[in-house]
Amino acid sequence: MTHKQPVLDLSPPVSDEIRKTTCYMCACRCGINVHMKANADGDMKVAYIEGNRDHPVNKGVLCAKGSAGIMQHNAPARLRKPLKRVGERGSGAFEEIEWDEALQIATDWLAPLRATAPEKLAFFTGRDQSQSFTSFWAQNFGTPNYAAHGGFCSVNMAAAGIYTMGGAFWEFGQPDWDHTKLFMLFGVAEDHDSNPIKMGIGKIKARGARVIGVNPIRTGYNAVADDWVGITPGTDGLFILSMVHCLMKAGRMDLDYLARFTDAPVLVNGDATSPEFGLLLRDEAGKQLVICRKTGKLTAFDAPGVRPDLSATHTVNDVTHRPVFHHMAEKYLSEDYAPEAVADRCGIPAARIRAIAAEIARVAFDEAFELDHEWTDFRGDTHKTMTGRPVSFHAMRGISAHANGFQTCRALHTLQIILGTVEVPGGFRFKPPYPKPATAHPKPHCGVTPGKPLDGPHLGFVQGPADLALKPDGTPARIDKAFTWENPMSAHGLMHMVISNAHAGDPYKIDTLFMYMANMSWNSSMNTGGVMQMLTDKDANGDYVIPRIIYSDAYSSEMVAFADLILPDTTYLERHDCISLLDRPICEADAAADAIRWPVVEPDRDVRGFQSVLCDLGARLDLPGFVNDAGGQKYTDYADYIVNHERRPGIGPLAGFRGAGGTNTGRGAPNPDQLDRYIKNGGFFAHHIPEGAQYYKPWNNAYQDWAVQTGLFDAPQPYLFSLYVEPMRRFQLAAEGHGEHQPPDHLRDKIKHTMSPLPIWYETDQQGNEGFKVTALTQRPMAMYHSWGGQNAWLRQLHGHNPLYVPPKLMRENGLKDGDWARVTSPHGEITVPVLEMAALNENTVWTWNAIGKRKGAWALDEQAPEATKGFLLNHLIHELLPPKGDGLRWSNSDPITGQAAWFDLKVTLSKAAPPTESKPVIPKQKSPVPKAPKSLAWKIQ
Amino acid sequence: MTELPKSTQKKLGLVIDLDTCVGCHACVISCKGWNTENYGAPLSDQDAYGADPSGTFLNRVHSYEIQPAEGAAQLIHFPKSCLHCEDAPCVTVCPTGASYKRTEDGIVLVNESDCIGCGLCAWACPYGAREMDQAAGVMKKCTLCVDRIYNDNLPEEDRIPVCVRTCPSGARHFGDLGDPDSAVSQLVKERGGVDLMPEQGTKPVNKYLPPRPKDRMPEIDVLAPFLAPVDQGAKGFLGWLDRTLDKL
Amino acid sequence: MHPAPSVIFFSTFSGLGFGLLFWLGLGWPSPTGLVAFVFFAIGYLLAVGGLIASTFHLGHPERALKAFSQWKTSWLSREAICAVAALILMAIYGAGAVFADQHWRVLGVIGGLLSLGTVFTTSMIYAQLKTVPRWHMPLTPLNFLSLSIAGGALLAGQVTWALWLIILAGGIQLATWIVGDGRFATSETTIATATQLGGIGQVRAFEPPHTGTNYLLREFVYVIGRKHSFKLRLIAIVLMAALPVTLLLMPFSHVAGGLAVLVHVAGVLTARWLFFAQAEHVVGLYYGKR
Repeated sequence: MTHKQPVLDLSPPVSDEIRKTTCYMCACRCGINVHMKANADGDMKVAYIEGNRDHPVNKGVLCAKGSAGIMQHNAPARLRKPLKRVGERGSGAFEEIEWDEALQIATDWLAPLRATAPEKLAFFTGRDQSQSFTSFWAQNFGTPNYAAHGGFCSVNMAAAGIYTMGGAFWEFGQPDWDHTKLFMLFGVAEDHDSNPIKMGIGKIKARGARVIGVNPIRTGYNAVADDWVGITPGTDGLFILSMVHCLMKAGRMDLDYLARFTDAPVLVNGDATSPEFGLLLRDEAGKQLVICRKTGKLTAFDAPGVRPDLSATHTVNDVTHRPVFHHMAEKYLSEDYAPEAVADRCGIPAARIRAIAAEIARVAFDEAFELDHEWTDFRGDTHKTMTGRPVSFHAMRGISAHANGFQTCRALHTLQIILGTVEVPGGFRFKPPYPKPATAHPKPHCGVTPGKPLDGPHLGFVQGPADLALKPDGTPARIDKAFTWENPMSAHGLMHMVISNAHAGDPYKIDTLFMYMANMSWNSSMNTGGVMQMLTDKDANGDYVIPRIIYSDAYSSEMVAFADLILPDTTYLERHDCISLLDRPICEADAAADAIRWPVVEPDRDVRGFQSVLCDLGARLDLPGFVNDAGGQKYTDYADYIVNHERRPGIGPLAGFRGAGGTNTGRGAPNPDQLDRYIKNGGFFAHHIPEGAQYYKPWNNAYQDWAVQTGLFDAPQPYLFSLYVEPMRRFQLAAEGHGEHQPPDHLRDKIKHTMSPLPIWYETDQQGNEGFKVTALTQRPMAMYHSWGGQNAWLRQLHGHNPLYVPPKLMRENGLKDGDWARVTSPHGEITVPVLEMAALNENTVWTWNAIGKRKGAWALDEQAPEATKGFLLNHLIHELLPPKGDGLRWSNSDPITGQAAWFDLKVTLSKAAPPTESKPVIPKQKSPVPKAPKSLAWKIQ
Repeated sequence: MTELPKSTQKKLGLVIDLDTCVGCHACVISCKGWNTENYGAPLSDQDAYGADPSGTFLNRVHSYEIQPAEGAAQLIHFPKSCLHCEDAPCVTVCPTGASYKRTEDGIVLVNESDCIGCGLCAWACPYGAREMDQAAGVMKKCTLCVDRIYNDNLPEEDRIPVCVRTCPSGARHFGDLGDPDSAVSQLVKERGGVDLMPEQGTKPVNKYLPPRPKDRMPEIDVLAPFLAPVDQGAKGFLGWLDRTLDKL
Repeated sequence: MHPAPSVIFFSTFSGLGFGLLFWLGLGWPSPTGLVAFVFFAIGYLLAVGGLIASTFHLGHPERALKAFSQWKTSWLSREAICAVAALILMAIYGAGAVFADQHWRVLGVIGGLLSLGTVFTTSMIYAQLKTVPRWHMPLTPLNFLSLSIAGGALLAGQVTWALWLIILAGGIQLATWIVGDGRFATSETTIATATQLGGIGQVRAFEPPHTGTNYLLREFVYVIGRKHSFKLRLIAIVLMAALPVTLLLMPFSHVAGGLAVLVHVAGVLTARWLFFAQAEHVVGLYYGKR
C-alpha cells in the first residue's frame, strides 16, 4: 500500500483585516498586528495578535502577554458599567449607574474641593501610560497631590540615572546590542524593556558575546548568563564600588573620556569654612570650572578648545580646590572597597570580584574599536572616529528597590562612566528625548490656589533644599510627603504612602482619593491587610476616614471593592492612547519614535476610556485647558486631545505627521489627519537620528542640533556627566547647618550620611530585624510582567499559584521538602505558604512570584481558584514604615533619598508549618461586580 | 496512511537553542493563539476561570535545575513541542490513519476528521507532544504551522512557525534539517545539536542546541595583568595620573 | 498511567469473554440448545460489553469504523478486526450450537483462535509501547493471554484446566510484577537522556511548564504509593489465583464455582487497575515525576 495523505489547504485565509496598534500588556509598548475576522453575523472580532515587524520596539516579536492579549480583551472580569457603592467599603456591593450620574457624582464631589482646597483631592495613577496627560489634568485641577506609580516601582533607577548622566536604563536607554561584547546585568525582576532586552540578549548570544548576571536568583535572563553572580541582596553597590576600586587602582579607566565629558575634572570647593564647601566651583554664568591642561588656567568647562585637567588643583588663599577626580581617588582607592574587604558581605569571593573587574577592563580597553564616523563635540573639537568600548550594563528593579538603591544605581553609572562606555559604540546608549540632565527637567511644584491651576508641574528634579515641596511652616505640601527632608529627591512621588498618610491625616486630611489602574488594596501596596483596613476605617462619627474614593479600572480588581464610585475603563484594544515624546516614548537609540493606540474594536459594554472621561470631567469642573473659549468642553475625547493639544506652540503629544498635510516632524501645527496617518503607518512614527549624531549625544553638536529641530528641546544643552551630584551636597550642607532651609534635627545625621555626592554604599536600616536573617524577594514572571494577569485564561494556566522558592541550605535547616508549607515571619507579619526547593539561588534568600495571589471574588475567578487558595503575596510581610525607633518615630520603609519603596529590604525567618487548607492569611472574599465566568473556552471566530 | 513514508523530500523542523531561551513562554502563548484560530479545532480550556484550569497547549516550556559537580546550580528553560520524528511511533499506532507524516516535508499531522480520540498516539509519544482536546475530543499537536509556512496569504518572511516568529530572544530556528547546507543544519553542526531521548529510536527531526558551558570565567591568575596596580596608595595614584595625562 | 475504568473493564471483561469463546470454539465444552445459548450469551456479553466499554474513552466513537483501516501498522486496528472476525465466526458457530445442535468444528477452532488473537492484539497495544517500559516486554501478552485462557476455562467449567491455568496465570502475574518493577530503571531512558543536559551535572525538574494541570499529567503521570501498591498486589493475587484455586480444590459445587469466578474477576480487575496505575510513562521524566 502506498503512502496516502489528505490534501490540505496550505494557504488558508489568515484574517479579514489587520489593525495595527500598540500593546498594553506591560510597559514595553510593542507594536502589534491585531488580526480581525468577521464572525457569522459579520461583526469584526479580534482573532489573533502578533508582533508588528516594522515596529521599532519589538520588530515583530511578541512575548507571552502580548500574544495573550485576546484573553485580556475578552476577559469576563471586564467591568461593564459605572458602579456606585451600595454596601460597606471592601465588600464589593455595587449598583450599576449611568455615565451621566457617575460624572455628576464625581463633579459634585470634586468641584467644591477645587473651589476651596484643591489639595484635598489626591489623584494617583498606577501603570497607566498617559502621565503627561493625567498630570496636565491634575495640574489644572490645582492639587499638588498627583503622581504615578514610579515611587513604588523604580524611581531610584530613573532618578539616579538622570541626576548622574541625564538618563537611565529602561526606556531611557539601551545597550548597543550590535557592538557590545560583554553585557553585565544587575538586579532581580524583569524589565520595562522586556522584549528589547530579550532580543538584545539573543543577538549578543548569537555572536557568542559574554553575559554576566548579578542577581541572587538565577532565573530568566540570569539563567542564560554565561556567568552568574548570586550576590547577597542589597550589596550590589558594594560590589560595584569594589570593582571601581580595582579599576581605579589599576588605572583601567578612560581618562580622556572622563576629562572631556564628565565632571571628574571640575573643581570642588575645598574651603571647609564656606557655606559652599563641597559645591562645584562655577563662574558667574553658573558654568562649572576646570583647569585647562593646556593653559593651566581656571576656565569654564565648555570653553572652546579647553582640555579639562583631571589632576590639577586650584589653590586660592591657602585653600586648595581639588577636582572631583581627586575626591573619587581618595574615596574609592580606600581599602574599605578592596575585594577582600567586601567579599563576605557581598557573598562573592574576592578573586571573583577581581576577575570580573579584570574582564570588564580587558573587553573595554583591549577590545576597543573605532567606528568611522566623524563628529564634533560641544567645545568645537572634531573627532575623526568614534571609539567603541564594547562593555555594556543594564540594571533591573532589584538593585533599586532597596533603601540604598539610589546610591547603588549611581555606583553602577559611575562604573560605566569611568570605563568610558556610556553613549559610545558598544556601550550604553540613550534613547530620545534622553540624554536630558536633571537641570533640564522641571522642578517640583506645589503652589496651591483654590480655583486655580497648580503653579507648575508636580514632579521634577530638585537641585537643593530650596526646591523641596514644603509649606511655609515647613510641613509637607504633598500628601505623600514627596520632596521633603525624609526623601528629598523623590522625583516620582510616593504613591505607596498616599493611603497610609491620608488615613493618618498626616500631613493633612484629604477628601477624595482618585486612582487609576492601581491595585492599591492588593499587590501594589506594602502591608496589604493594613491598607484594606485603612480604606475601610471609620471615624467616631461613623464616616470613612478617607471620605471618598473614585477608582477607574477596566477589570474587577481587588481595588474596585474599595471604591465609592467606579469609572469603568476600556480594554487596550478599545481605546485611544498616545505613547508620547512628552512622556515615556518608544524611542530607540538611533531614532525618536512615538506611537498610538486606537480602538481596533468598539467596546461592547458601557465603558469609556479613562482619559476621555477626564476630558469630560475636566470640562464639567471648568478646568483651564479642558474648556474652550466658549466655556464648553474643549476636547471631545482623548483622541481630540492627542491631536489638538499643544504643550508648547507646535509641540503636541505626537511628533509625527504634524502641520498641514502632515509633513512636519516634531514641530508643527496640529494636523486633523494625524491619527489616520499613524494608523496607516502601523500605529507608530519613527524619525531616525543621522549617523554622525548617533553616539556621544550629550556632547555631539550634530545630535544636539537634531534634537532641537525635532522639538525635544528648544536650544542645544550639552552637559557633563555628574559623577559628583551637587544637589546632594546641598542637602548635606543644609544638614550641616548651612542655609535658610534646615532639616528637622532628627534627620540631620541621616542626610549627612546618605546624601553623599559621590556614590557610596551603606547598610540599610536593620532596626527591628534582629533574628530575621533571610532576605525575601519577589519578581514578576515574564509571562505576567507589569500586568496582574489573573483574569487571563491562558496566562493563569502558566502561573496560577506561586510557591516560595527556598535554597537547599534553608530547606535542610528547616526540615522542609517540596510541597511542604512554611510559616514565613517578618518583623511585621506572618504568612503560611507552600515551598519549593531551588538551588540556583543565593543561599540566604527566598523568593516568590509577585501578584499571583488574588483575593477571593476578584478578577471574575472562582472562589476556589488556586490564585486565592494557594497563591499568596509577600506584601503582607512588608510594612510601609520601619519599626519604631527609640525616639518613637517611624521612618518610612523607603530610600531616604528618593522615597522609593524598599520592597527588597524584607528580612524573614522560616519554619515548617502544618499544611493549612489554604495560604494564610485568609482574606475574606469580595462580592464580584461582574457575572460569573464561563466554564470552558474554545475561542474561534467563525 | 499510518505507514511512515520511506523518506520525505524535506525534513522541516525546529532547532531550539537552550543557551538562549530565557523561559518567557512567548512561544507557548503565540502557539496557543494561532492554533486556536487556525488548523482544526480550537485549543480549548476547561475550568478556564476556575479552581482547576487546564487547557490544550501544543508547546510548553519546562525548566530544569542542574547541579554541576562543582560550581553554582544552573537553570535551563526547555521548550518542548512535537519533534516531527522520522520514525514517529505516534503515527504507526493510529488505528484510523488520522495521524500521518507528510512526504513533502516530514511534518507529522493529525487529520482531525479521521481522529476517534483514542489517545493511543499520545501514549506512544515519549515527548508528551500530543494533547487530547477535551472539548473537541480529537488529538492536537504541533503542525509546524503547516498553515503558515506555505501560505500565500502571508508575506514571505512570515511563512515560518508562529513560535519562531514571536520568540523574542531568537532561541527558535526553523528550516530543513534534511539539507546539510541549510542554516539550521549548519547551526546544529556548529553547536553540537542533539536529539532528545535518542534511545527511544524515534529519530527526532527537531534538534536542541545545548547550553554553552557556564561559570567558566578565568579567575584572577590569567586576568591579573589587567588589574596590576599603577602605584600604591592615593598619592602614588595621583602621580601616575599626572604622568599618564601627559601622554594623552 | 491513568487507570481509566473504561479500559480496565474493557480489557478484563473482553479478556474473559474471548477466553470463554476460545474454550467454546475448541469444543470444551460443546453444549447445544439453551445451555449453549447461555454460554455464548455470557461470552458475548463479556466480550462485546468490554468492547463497548472501551469506546467510552473515545473522543469520537461515531468514527470507530475508521479504526479497521490501519491493520498494517496499528495493533489497535488489528484488535478491532480480530475482534469483529472472532465475534462473527463465533456467532455463526454459536448459532449452529444453539439452533442446529451443530458444532462446526473448523469454524469453532478458527473462531476460538481469533478470540485468543483478539486478546493478544489487545495486549500488544500495551506491549508495543516503548514509552511505558513496564508494559514493553513479552510478559505483557503472556499476562493477558494466560488470564484470558484461565478465566475462560473457569467460565467454561473446565475445572481441571482452570485450576492449572489459574496457577500458571498467577505465576505469570507475579513475574509480570517483579520483572515490571525493574523495567523503567533498566530502560535507557532517564531525565538525562530526556533533556540531554546530564553532561552538565545532576538534572532535576524544576518548575512545571504550567501550574495548571494538563492532559499529559492526567493521562500519564498517575502516581501511586509503593505501600499501597504492595497491598493491592496481595489482594489481587489472592483474589485472582489463591482463592479460586482453593475453591476449585474443594468438592465441586455451583456456588463454589460461581464464587471462584467472582473472586477471580475481582482479582483480575484489581491487577488490571494496577497494570495501568503502576505503569510509568517516560514523559513523566519531563515533569520530574519519575
